[in-house]
Amino acid sequence: MKIAIASGKGGTGKTTLATNLASYLAEKEEVVLTDLDVEEPNSGLFINADLVKKEDKFKMIPEWIEDKCTLCGICQKVCNFHAVIQLGTQILVFPELCHSCYACSELCPTDALPMIPQKMGELSHYHRNKLTFIESRLEIGQEQAVPLISQTLDYVDRHFPNEIIKLYDAPPGTSCPVIEATKDADFVILVTEPTPFGLHDLKLAVETMKELKKETGVVVNRFGIGNDDVLRYCKEENIPILAKIPNSRKIAELYSSGELIYRKLPEVKQQLDGIIEHIL
Amino acid sequence: MKEIVVISGKGGTGKTSVTASFAYLGGEETVVADCDVDAADMHLLLQPDFSKAEDFYSGEVAIINQDECIKCGKCAEVCRFDAIPIIDTQYIVQPLDCEGCGYCARVCPTNAITNESQNVGQWYISNIKTGSVMVHAKLAIGADNSGKLVAKVKNEAKLLAKNRNSDFIIIDGSPGVGCPVVSSLSGANFVVLVTEPSVSGLHDLKRVYKLVKKFNIKAGCIINKFDINENVTKEIGEFLKKENIAHISNLPYDDNFTKAMTVGQTIVEFDKGQLQTILTESWSKVKQLTINN
Amino acid sequence: MKIAFTAKGTTWDSMMDPRFGRTEFFLVYDDETDEFTQFDNRDVEGVAHGAGPQTAQKLFELNPGLLITGNGPGGNAATVLERAGIKIYIGAGEMTVKEAYEAYKKNELKEF
Repeated sequence: MKIAIASGKGGTGKTTLATNLASYLAEKEEVVLTDLDVEEPNSGLFINADLVKKEDKFKMIPEWIEDKCTLCGICQKVCNFHAVIQLGTQILVFPELCHSCYACSELCPTDALPMIPQKMGELSHYHRNKLTFIESRLEIGQEQAVPLISQTLDYVDRHFPNEIIKLYDAPPGTSCPVIEATKDADFVILVTEPTPFGLHDLKLAVETMKELKKETGVVVNRFGIGNDDVLRYCKEENIPILAKIPNSRKIAELYSSGELIYRKLPEVKQQLDGIIEHIL
Repeated sequence: MKEIVVISGKGGTGKTSVTASFAYLGGEETVVADCDVDAADMHLLLQPDFSKAEDFYSGEVAIINQDECIKCGKCAEVCRFDAIPIIDTQYIVQPLDCEGCGYCARVCPTNAITNESQNVGQWYISNIKTGSVMVHAKLAIGADNSGKLVAKVKNEAKLLAKNRNSDFIIIDGSPGVGCPVVSSLSGANFVVLVTEPSVSGLHDLKRVYKLVKKFNIKAGCIINKFDINENVTKEIGEFLKKENIAHISNLPYDDNFTKAMTVGQTIVEFDKGQLQTILTESWSKVKQLTINN
Repeated sequence: MKIAFTAKGTTWDSMMDPRFGRTEFFLVYDDETDEFTQFDNRDVEGVAHGAGPQTAQKLFELNPGLLITGNGPGGNAATVLERAGIKIYIGAGEMTVKEAYEAYKKNELKEF
């Protein structure tokens, strides 16, 4: 079972929900939590587990071999991303612009641009008791999150059987990285807050998930602030409300110190039970 | 004309509320740009009239003309993004997976593949309630937020600011550390970092500041909800000192942040108390720091 | 020697463009022949990524000995210019092209 936790807007409590739900579930059964917000991975701040393995993740980029090159200019012509440039008698490659499409490399008549691996980020694998935690982290300056997300998903698929509950903390927004992070999920939990910003961004997220034909449910965080528009919208759209996590300064304080909230607050535990009942 | 960008790394720190307040305080002299195109929210506070709307195209997507396709499968073979599956005996490009590299079209023996530019959203110029103008955008669902739409919003804002002889452009930047933020930062004169004293807030602040440093832009920081966790607030203070980032102000945890938003107002309009005072002082400081820079 | 400027217009009185990658024009002045030429770079506006290297490549074809600009090129463009052996002087972003040239003559600009 693959459950993705997403939100249109950042900072609505996606990571809070992912880490609390994963830890709570792991009190009884095996759970794998994966942080796919590779630009700003935060779940790890709330999880105490032991490092099992760390591995570098690579993307493939072309490397110019001067001796083989005839300066025909095809590589520059076929690169839609301006990542390969011919400068006089030299070919320059700009790795961060490269999308690893292999066109320059494979269309080069003299094999002067073989693809070589370049580090784009790091995957860490942690484990304690029944909880496994996987996190990937994009190197600063690397601009494309999608290849790293995709490799992280592969890693999880390869190492854990399908029967295990897998939770994915998705990046915020509705663009490519979110699509990549949610496209294989069996269920998507959308986290929002009952404010105009929350509602506006929830609508975007719902539209996105409709496009992907995903089954969704909404968790309203900081319930009690703002107004009822989010509840009304969910009713109109026929999206189940899985939980309402109350607004409280106590929660904000626990969160700020990197603590799990359900352990201290029984009312939160109750809400988590509601989610589990609905999905599993 | 000076460009001020507000960013946060982490979402939900109050970045947009702070930016909208600055826009309000900046009044007619300040052109506003919402570069958080993936989840644009500032229009909810500034009441734009969407007086000009235009489609935006960026990147390409491959399309296979089935009449000319001889089903040789070369395109699918070279596609590194698995974007060309066979559906009902036809090779069909999946737009959400296609990167627009154009490789398939180059190897197609019958030239059955063309690349078409992709509509990735809309952008707008609006009159807003501050008496100024705002440039904003809406990214299409699942579109590649490559930073190009962000760049477009910024460039249009710059043109407007130039024509109006505005003193400032205030920009609501994108979250994260990827392409869109890079586009929001490029060419900026000053960066305002809005953070909160949580372990995640600090973590993301450090990450996004690494990026700001690469651009060599001066920065200042506002700590929102500073009283939630005094220890982390202290830690942030130390980080700011070490990095030589101006500590602009601390904002207390205050329900008026949400209440203002709920009635579609900026904080400085809604709140007549401490938030208004601190934000007004903060805006003066930001202007000063930007000009002295 | 040919000297290139990043500019927002096409005359000596035009303002400099502080940006390198997305500069609107290149103006090239040859101080040996007193020749002054203009090159339009505005098509780069439509480029999402890689504007810097592309602009640098264009500049390379103009074959100047040095470049006077505002903020200085980003990492990618700087790599190209370095390979091309073009010297870069920065800090002229707020001047007219003429002022920038005079500032360079008086050694008032910083080498990148």
